[in-house]
Amino acid sequence: MRIVVLGIGNILLTDEGVGVRVVERLEREYELPPEVEVIDGGTCGMEMLEQLEDLDGLIVVDCVRCNQPPATPVLLKGDDVPVFFRTKLSPHQVSLSDVLASLQFTDRAPKSIAIVGMQPVSMSLGMELSPEVAAKVPELVAMTIAELRLLGIEAKARH
Amino acid sequence: MNKRVTIDPVTRIEGHLRVDVEVDGGRVKKAWASGQMWRGVENILIGRDPRDAWAITQRICGVCTTVHAMASVRAVENALQLEIPVNAQYIRNMIMLAHAVHDHIVHFYHLSALDWVDVVSALKADPAKTASLAESLSSWSGNSKAEFKKVQDRLSGFVGTGQLGIFTNGYWGHPAMKLTPEVNLLAVSHYLQALEVQRYASKIVAVLGSKSPHIQNVAVGGVANPLSVDSQSVLTIERLLAIKEWMLKLEDFVKNVYLIDVGAIGGFYADWTKYGKGITDYLCVPDIPLDGKGEIFALPGGYIEGGKLESYKPIKTFNDKYFTDGVSEAIKHSWYNYSGGNDKSLHPYKGETTPNYTDFQDDGKYSWLKSPTFYGKPMQVGPLPRVMNMLAAGHEPTKKYATAALDLVSTVAGAKVGVEALHSTIGRHAARAVGCAVQVDELINQWDLLLANMAKGDLKTFNRPVFPKGEQMGVGFHEAPRGVLSHWVVIDSGKIKNYQCVVPTTWNAAPRNEKDQPGAYEACLIDNPVADPEKPLEVLRTVHSFDPCLACAVHVVDQENNPVVTVKAV
Repeated sequence: MRIVVLGIGNILLTDEGVGVRVVERLEREYELPPEVEVIDGGTCGMEMLEQLEDLDGLIVVDCVRCNQPPATPVLLKGDDVPVFFRTKLSPHQVSLSDVLASLQFTDRAPKSIAIVGMQPVSMSLGMELSPEVAAKVPELVAMTIAELRLLGIEAKARH
Repeated sequence: MNKRVTIDPVTRIEGHLRVDVEVDGGRVKKAWASGQMWRGVENILIGRDPRDAWAITQRICGVCTTVHAMASVRAVENALQLEIPVNAQYIRNMIMLAHAVHDHIVHFYHLSALDWVDVVSALKADPAKTASLAESLSSWSGNSKAEFKKVQDRLSGFVGTGQLGIFTNGYWGHPAMKLTPEVNLLAVSHYLQALEVQRYASKIVAVLGSKSPHIQNVAVGGVANPLSVDSQSVLTIERLLAIKEWMLKLEDFVKNVYLIDVGAIGGFYADWTKYGKGITDYLCVPDIPLDGKGEIFALPGGYIEGGKLESYKPIKTFNDKYFTDGVSEAIKHSWYNYSGGNDKSLHPYKGETTPNYTDFQDDGKYSWLKSPTFYGKPMQVGPLPRVMNMLAAGHEPTKKYATAALDLVSTVAGAKVGVEALHSTIGRHAARAVGCAVQVDELINQWDLLLANMAKGDLKTFNRPVFPKGEQMGVGFHEAPRGVLSHWVVIDSGKIKNYQCVVPTTWNAAPRNEKDQPGAYEACLIDNPVADPEKPLEVLRTVHSFDPCLACAVHVVDQENNPVVTVKAV
């Protein structure tokens, strides 16, 4: 069993980096079994190909613009996932969508994908999240842990 | 009648680039390149600890993370005049070279080959004929009839479902596509093999850099990799031996597949040696330092005027004033203001990053990129300038691989093709492959140097930086995959006072400068053919030959923001 929790986004652009901030917090506060790898993907693409091959589950945590009120957490699964990649990542060509397309072509795509997302409040320059989004980070961590549980993984809180 | 073609965004690149061309009589007459996103990362760095800058700057971009880390630590070390242990140089050099090899392989096969290779046509190929063609070119083990058949079957399943996935955004059946079905199948097969091989380069970066995809081992003063001949927790001989294996796999692919494919495809598209010349003032910096101070380099660099090798003027050291004094940036046509007036060009130490967005104005401001110049002139940077400078410097490995590539192009084209053909769209691809062969050799050489030095008992990797009171200025340059990258830092009593990054794509994709001279993309597009303005494949070929990387790394956009090609008569 191999599972990856992947936080993506640009930490230089406030809420754009929420995915990275969530996985940082997940790693800091929880102990995860060895079959789970937590990756801070930043805005990288092909460099991550090998880490994402033949996964039983991929959980992506990212900033998502999906016409929700600002600072709304969202969960995308099943049929919504391809839509997410087709629309959202389009100008960032050398990106996760290409990595997943390559994995599909080589029959190494993840068995399941879930996207834990957050509608941003701010996309301006800066390394801090907006206060509204920062307040929701624990909720995104909890959603990520719930997704892990569905894959049979129990995250243990560190003390 | 003139037709205005707007490509926005240009696809299969990193970041958001818009290109506008005016086409008349099937040729580009006027061109504009416009960076469509603001990169104000410099402002984030002001007031921070210079030792943290590298970790922040490597987040500028999703493709070139390591290169910004390297340029940043070099800038701070240069400001402090801090020497670093040679082991640290070797480890950094291996990271840079492995990254470069990765970048070039991915660029050719996964980002730009689709401009030249018609994936759908590969379905019509005869796998046996493809195998005999491949065997006539190279002894690569992946060139068998069975392999080609397998790829064709997989492709046919994929195309049959109507899902082209990784191959979307290609201009299938475009009249400018010239390869036979067999060559197309060969290229598609190598595309897939390149996907496998590029992982070895990523693994080298991940092991040496302690974490992937963002490296963690760099520090102002050296690297944070403890070296050991016996301990398990650090960079051990076992890990180094594994790295060597991966290097050899990369070497095999680069020399027996990549270099050959570029030569062969170049031969079929020999026409494209006539287009895309543009700016032939070539700037490249020396890199792969072999000493602690940065005075001796494995790969030479310098400046060549007008494409003439005899005009070569070397840049010799990390402290060479010839480079440091020559760079400045104009914003007359960029969405910024300078406090001293917008007709000025500022040295990066005095650089300002104050946005002033005006909308797209053909004769006014139209890009988020500044316009850098070297002694007042726009430059081309990247693999072609690099190879030209190394040839001019008499670098033997470069001569060897350039000759081999041009000989193959000549054979396929059925006519003698010389070095002058490199000043072109397809020549830029050839130069990138030649440079990559040089880099993969040097990667292995750096490994040998590190082990030889460790065998002498030298395991030092870090010299602690000391920040004196008062002001220091420094530049860190790096010959990154896309060309000259420089970070410029002003430090005041241990805090960053000013920071500017002059990145390769800013040199190449620059808008017109303070004297209204076009940047490299803009100049290279002039006279480019455009058979069908609705499908401006030829424009993309020339732009992609630079491997654009807009270094802005935003990836959340409006759902309405779909790729567009708009065409209008003017």
